[in-house]
Amino acid sequence: MDEASAPDAPLLSLRGLEKSFPGVRALRAVDFEVRAGEIMALVGENGAGKSTLMKILNGVDRPDAGSLRWRGREGFPASPAEAQAAGISMIHQELALVPDLDVGRNLFLGREPRWGPGLVDRRRLYREAQEELDQLGLAVDARATVRDYPLAQQQMIEVAKALSLRARLLVMDEPTSSLTGREVEVLFERMRSLRSRGIALVFISHRMEEIFAIADRITIMRDGAVVSVDPAANLDADEVIRRMVGREVGDPGEGGGWPAVAADAEPLLEVEGLGRGRAFRDISFRLQPGEILGVSGLVGAGRTELAEALFGVRPAEVGRLRVQGREQRIRHPGDALRAGIALVPEDRKGQGLFLGMSVGANTVMAVLSRFLAAGLFLRHGRLRRVAEQFVERLRVRTPSVRQEVRNLSGGNQQKVVIAKWLALEPKVLILDEPTRGIDVGAKAEIYRLMRSLAAEGMGILMISSELPEILGVSTRILVLHEGRLAGSFLPAETDSDELMRAATGTRAVAAGEGAAG
Amino acid sequence: MNASAHTAPRETRGRLLERFGLLLCLLLLVLVLSLVTDRFLTVDNLTNVVRQSSINAIIAVGVMLVILTRGIDLSVGSVLAFSSVFGTTWLTQGGVPVPVAILLSVGAGVVLGLTSGALVAYLRIPPFIATLGMMTFARGAALAYTQGQPVSGLAGGYRWAGAGELLGVPVPIVLLALVYLLGYLLLEHTGPGRSIRAIGDNPEAARWSGLPVRRVQLLVYGISGGLAALAGVILAGRLNSAQPTAGVFYELDAIAAVVVGGTSFAGGKGSLSGTLIGALLIASINNGMNLLNFPADLQAIAKGAVIILALLLYRQLRRTRPGRAVRAPTPNENPEPHPS
Repeated sequence: MDEASAPDAPLLSLRGLEKSFPGVRALRAVDFEVRAGEIMALVGENGAGKSTLMKILNGVDRPDAGSLRWRGREGFPASPAEAQAAGISMIHQELALVPDLDVGRNLFLGREPRWGPGLVDRRRLYREAQEELDQLGLAVDARATVRDYPLAQQQMIEVAKALSLRARLLVMDEPTSSLTGREVEVLFERMRSLRSRGIALVFISHRMEEIFAIADRITIMRDGAVVSVDPAANLDADEVIRRMVGREVGDPGEGGGWPAVAADAEPLLEVEGLGRGRAFRDISFRLQPGEILGVSGLVGAGRTELAEALFGVRPAEVGRLRVQGREQRIRHPGDALRAGIALVPEDRKGQGLFLGMSVGANTVMAVLSRFLAAGLFLRHGRLRRVAEQFVERLRVRTPSVRQEVRNLSGGNQQKVVIAKWLALEPKVLILDEPTRGIDVGAKAEIYRLMRSLAAEGMGILMISSELPEILGVSTRILVLHEGRLAGSFLPAETDSDELMRAATGTRAVAAGEGAAG
Repeated sequence: MNASAHTAPRETRGRLLERFGLLLCLLLLVLVLSLVTDRFLTVDNLTNVVRQSSINAIIAVGVMLVILTRGIDLSVGSVLAFSSVFGTTWLTQGGVPVPVAILLSVGAGVVLGLTSGALVAYLRIPPFIATLGMMTFARGAALAYTQGQPVSGLAGGYRWAGAGELLGVPVPIVLLALVYLLGYLLLEHTGPGRSIRAIGDNPEAARWSGLPVRRVQLLVYGISGGLAALAGVILAGRLNSAQPTAGVFYELDAIAAVVVGGTSFAGGKGSLSGTLIGALLIASINNGMNLLNFPADLQAIAKGAVIILALLLYRQLRRTRPGRAVRAPTPNENPEPHPS
């Protein structure tokens, strides 16, 4: 290791980066460095400049000013290929593997070992791929198809691919966003072992507990500038959040002042014995006006499937469902919407948004039929006023309702999806992972919004993988385990350990008032 | 130029090019044809170009609506043939009045279109396959229905639709204007029109938003069939006969007009004005080559090449638009509600 001679000299050092886009100063005087064998966390709200910084590092964008020094050499990479050849690899939120090819082919895609007249040397390919995988300690077969491995393994396959490219710096952009708790632990184990091999890691995440579990140092960005660089040991989560947003933010835990739930009020939603195939069974619960019912559980426990059944995307096969006492059969989203049930889906871009259409058009999409003259013609003026009203109420940051949704940040896109459903004035609002991939400031706003909707008498069902969120926002908590209800809890009387035990099935069915009725 | 907004002129130019680049291509072609022939730029000839383009332009509206939903309709040429021999047979042998015959013809087109639509929407057959099947089916039906013979000797009223005039304007041009006007109303000012774009932009989100995805699919294929049949009425009227072999390759001309007109196969994006200009462009090319006495086989080659060139040129013009940067609001921005 040539860097070993000067252990404190950074492997990568960026100085004085400036970058402007029309109307936006994305980076101002940014310095950023990573040492070999270090895990550097990069945090900041969406729009703070993290992505721009990483795009420059990866050769996608060029800065307007500044310098880059990488392993002693000056100059910016001109393309991702050049960055990769120099030993800088990115692992994105969306994986870049070909799911139907086998693992070995994926590792060596486009640079397969050859023999004779340019044929692929399959034996060498699989042997070298297997070596690479074994070195990471992965239980992955180089000849198996990528699709057959869970997401966490696929992520590690991408790491193996980067390492086979002789990467010395790995940038991991929200690598844990679709992993379960145990998978995150495994990922962190591997990251630590990479660190001990002298590889530098940049870890981008919104999850404070993960950052403090893994990072050596933390670079905090805000509004295109670096606010601070400190060893993780000198910081705590509150301090990081304060620096990120530049103000105090109510974290979900600060609760207090709950709308009193009248136990005798007529329930908004009653579910009895709901089930579909092996996805979930025997699900029964009630949702009262003003309640925020948190639904917790591991990935694959049937939470999203339950939400999809309540909303009619993939209808339930057995069981009964009543909305405000009236029996409803929900076979497609139209039925659910008429019954007053709306669902903010987990996959914002895939299921929630029309990216090529305007903020206004998105906001009113679910209520179009209410604003037609003669049942046919759009009332443009009224549609526009409705859209503007919700854009203002949800504080969607957009120059106008005519802006295309694809130009908004993740948090604002999420607000547009929520606005689309609020325009419908639903009685029951289901939110599936409402704050995934959203920055801290927007998160706090979404929590506030959920509370004020509940206070107005709406019933909210919130599915979340983040226990602090479940504990901090819910008025009552349901835990699913392998498609069944594993317990019902009150946030004041439980903690994350107990919820995790219920979710992993290490505890028998909990005694809880809501579980049976 | 105002220095405080130095990015604005560039953006305006990009947007102008995006909006009018295609029109520019058309004007360029008109200019060239006016210079190399002395007969192109005459009122008679230009009227003729528009009249000739009307059949393709009307079909293209239906095809465009289908493409906006991420579908494709390959059956329009065959649907045109069947519906036109169907309607004219009722006219000549069934003795029904002309308006009834025309309604029967258009009705037949709508039914065939709805059939394709049902295959796509309810049986989930990919649009390419469903309409390829309909293309073969309708052509066969047209030949079987007439035993391969053209239906001729149409009543005067029927011929009027293809060759007559209304207040001095050829009827096909009147129909063309009417179809585009109704198409514009549908697409920009109605609920179903908004749904068409939404389904094309993101079919999954459309379903999750409770939009009537299947009914809208049915609608666009039905309209496509109906407009193909209307074009068939014009064609039969002009030729004074309906041919079971009419309309071969019309689907390709229509798709060319739609795509040259800037509609994306990825769905959601496209404008009727683009499609109209696309159809006019293709008609101008045909007309120009006729005036220049190109042999027929060379005409086909040249047309293919020009269509591809027009598409490349148009894309190049659009590419000068600066990125997808967030557009800052400008104070003089038109506050009118903007559809989609």
